[in-house]
Amino acid sequence: MRLRRKALVVLILLAFAGFANAQVTISGRVTDKKKPVAGASVSLKDTYDGATTDSSGRFSFKTMEKGEFTLLVTYVNYKPYEQKITVDKNPVDIDIILKEEITELSAVTVSAGTFEASDRKRSTAVLDPIDIVTTASANGDITGALKTLPGTQQVGESEGLYVRGGTAAETKTFIDGTLVNNFFYSSVPNIAQFSRFSPFIFKGTVFSTGGYSALYGQALSSALILESIDLPDRSSANVGISVLSLDAGYQNLAKDKKSSWGFDCSYTNLGLAFAVIKQKQDYSTVPIIHNLDANFRIKTSRTGMLKYYGYFSNSKQAFTTPSIDSLGYKDKFSLNNTNLYHNLAWRENLGLRWKLNAGFSYTNNKDDISGGMQDDKKNDVVLAGLEFKKFGLNRKGNYFNGKLVFERRLKGLSAIRFGSEYNYSNDKIIYTSFNGQSYPGSLTEHINALFAESDIYLTNALAAKIGGRFEYSSVLKKTNFAPRISVAYKLAKGTQASLAYGIFYQNPETRYLPSPYALTFMKATHYIAQFQRVVNQQSFRAEIFYKKYDNLEKTMTTTAQETAINNNGFGDAKGIEFFWRDKKTIKNLDYWISYSYLDTKRDFLNFPYAITPNFAAKHTSSLVVKKFVQKIKMNLNVAYNYASGRPYYNIGFDGTNYKFTDLGKIPDYHNVSFAINYLPFIGKQNPKAFAVYVLSVSNIFNIKQTYGYQYSYDGSRKEAITPTSRMFVYIGVFLSFGINRSDEVINNGL
Amino acid sequence: MKKTVFILIVSLVSVAVFPQSSPPGEKYTKAMEKLVPSIDTLWNGDGLRDLSNSFERIADAEKTQWLPYYYAALARVNAGYTLLNGSNAMGGNADKTDPDAKKAEELLNKAEELSKDNSEIFVVRKMIAILYLVGDPMNRYMTYGPAASQALETARKLNPENPRVYLQEGLDKYTTPEQYGGNKEEGKKILEEAIKKYEAFKPESSIHPNWGLNLAKRFIAGGQ
Repeated sequence: MRLRRKALVVLILLAFAGFANAQVTISGRVTDKKKPVAGASVSLKDTYDGATTDSSGRFSFKTMEKGEFTLLVTYVNYKPYEQKITVDKNPVDIDIILKEEITELSAVTVSAGTFEASDRKRSTAVLDPIDIVTTASANGDITGALKTLPGTQQVGESEGLYVRGGTAAETKTFIDGTLVNNFFYSSVPNIAQFSRFSPFIFKGTVFSTGGYSALYGQALSSALILESIDLPDRSSANVGISVLSLDAGYQNLAKDKKSSWGFDCSYTNLGLAFAVIKQKQDYSTVPIIHNLDANFRIKTSRTGMLKYYGYFSNSKQAFTTPSIDSLGYKDKFSLNNTNLYHNLAWRENLGLRWKLNAGFSYTNNKDDISGGMQDDKKNDVVLAGLEFKKFGLNRKGNYFNGKLVFERRLKGLSAIRFGSEYNYSNDKIIYTSFNGQSYPGSLTEHINALFAESDIYLTNALAAKIGGRFEYSSVLKKTNFAPRISVAYKLAKGTQASLAYGIFYQNPETRYLPSPYALTFMKATHYIAQFQRVVNQQSFRAEIFYKKYDNLEKTMTTTAQETAINNNGFGDAKGIEFFWRDKKTIKNLDYWISYSYLDTKRDFLNFPYAITPNFAAKHTSSLVVKKFVQKIKMNLNVAYNYASGRPYYNIGFDGTNYKFTDLGKIPDYHNVSFAINYLPFIGKQNPKAFAVYVLSVSNIFNIKQTYGYQYSYDGSRKEAITPTSRMFVYIGVFLSFGINRSDEVINNGL
Repeated sequence: MKKTVFILIVSLVSVAVFPQSSPPGEKYTKAMEKLVPSIDTLWNGDGLRDLSNSFERIADAEKTQWLPYYYAALARVNAGYTLLNGSNAMGGNADKTDPDAKKAEELLNKAEELSKDNSEIFVVRKMIAILYLVGDPMNRYMTYGPAASQALETARKLNPENPRVYLQEGLDKYTTPEQYGGNKEEGKKILEEAIKKYEAFKPESSIHPNWGLNLAKRFIAGGQ
């Protein structure tokens, strides 16, 4: 009996055990409504049991667990899905619908008007940071590379970016959020100057050819937004020797990798190069530049960073050119420039989804310019009727720009940003005429701005950026409000369409101020439509735009100075642009092609009526090819730039009115540049030093290039403005110790 | 005798009825023992991702074990490597490989939180850096190149006897084109050294890292 009872217990227990042991199958299908989600991880939370979905989104697994559980489904770019289920003896079959998570990787980006060169958002980056500097025609200059993109002009006689029918002054440059004054070396007549900063102090470049964010103002056409690098990867030293310059620098990374400091100094002397390559100018002082820069960067928290960059530069040059005003005589020009620039930027996560970006920059710039005439024996002379050609110009500028931006992350990728900007500028000018008479001038300007902007991600496929900017100018004593709106819609993976609209204001240029007349802001309204497809190492984009200019500055020449008199100027620009880049089709070959069509007319400055300005070519196109030959460790870069003939004209004054006394078109512009970089250390594992040898040749086919015409004072003679030499050859070697900075060195020197 | 049988049955039954009440270590070890060998044999992207998910489930359930997170990361980075076959090595394919690299990195970070200064974890850290690197070599070799070699050096410093450090070093040397400093013969030599280390290596337990020997042998034999 006892035994039987025991047997019964055993039996019951066994039955129960069998029951308990029975595995239960949990199965189902995971979709995102439209299509199955393959590869999703399905798990019974806090157990080992689960499965991965197959190509049809199905999953099935067995579990011995019993009770209340949470079924968890996760997959990249989707929101985690949780559902309570009861596991008992019955199989569970469950259909799960995942919701897309709005992420940077998958979301559409508001891209109308912008070219981004950055590694962060791969999906939209059309150019990588390296591209900026390995473009053969760029000569190591940031703006040189940007000139191979659609929307920009091939203007060779003066520096700056001429974007979509806008002047160079309509493009503003920002480093870590704050405005940079004197981004280029001081102007020299008919010779385009380089930008001051090495491309390799920047990790990201956003080049907007229109429709840009409300965070930026005082630029009618374009914003070049540069972001400086954070901590270096390692401590390192570098040395560069080339036909143009000597350069040495050191970057020190602290042991705890939380801070770094560094400096770089360079000496540039064009004497050697000019001795070999004959220049049009006859130099009494060849261009000599001393540069010194220093930086420190401190990690203030896990995500916070404080960055300082300081730059000092002194440059001088003096030359004569045959005078067009009086045959047999020479025009003399000399320039001495000192520039000091400081930039302090701080970004910090304030917690609770708040972020702070603060930036301050200060610039002190001094130009000492003098002009005059010489006879054939190089004696200074003053000719009757041409006395004005002897002058002195002393310019001192003090500029401060401060910007504070608060950002609050909302749901998903959506965010709201707002803040303020203060810009101070003080320009002092002393003009000294031939007889020693001085004409001092001074202009102080305060511009205060408030701005707000919101990124709204409705879904991964639809996003908008809506913002506005409010400004007050102390010189104009006027305020403006500039709305900006852009919308982007994703058509398919990697394919999107965007629209942008915005109003942009800019003060009349300082060089035409102060003015006795009441002036107002110049205004541009942008309308942009874009189509973009970036798939598998191939990018295509097409953009059409219409830009309307109102209230452009009109000027009048009074005693030696051209002064703004009213805002009756106007204009418009329309066009279509294409960009195609392909890194895929041919192994180790990367190329891009850009084409722009521009139709623009404007009436501004002293134009008698609206015409196409001399900085606007109807057709511009570039082809950039980069080939890396592994076997010989060489990088071969070729660039071809084309621009159809730009207009030229001379404007004369008949006592009452301005008139075009001459009108025409310069010949088409062609330039083929070639560069070879030899990197003997590439791929070596942990080498202690790196060397890069560089050879580059601009205008390799020695094609005659004309940038425009300059006229004699009386307008009776004209002469072509051409490059200072037809072809230019550059040779250099760069050494770096401690870290592989091959790319960096290549480009510092190009 | 009967009593013994009875007790035996009852105890067996109770094991079956209350599986969760058995020592967690045992169930954990058994589950891990079932999965770990696949690390040496599986070479298929979807299979590896599935394996990684399985390890991750164990890791999330256990919460205090570094090994399942470690294996989940390893399986995931290997899944990323399978995407490289036949692709243009210089062209980069970051769009495809970055999701695996990112997921592997997240998993490995969790493993590292549970086990600091672990040579094995730094080996996988190096593998992830290389996966990021090959996604976009032109732009990334300046950051991920040094990061990878640094991770491997740290792994070596933490345990100079870890054969996987030599395996990684040897494979790099072997597979890198000669003009980039690769060398098949030197690579083989390092792999031979790795094999010696493998022979001397005693894993802490049946589920601790002990993979890679076959891979080393295959490359020495001239395979890919």
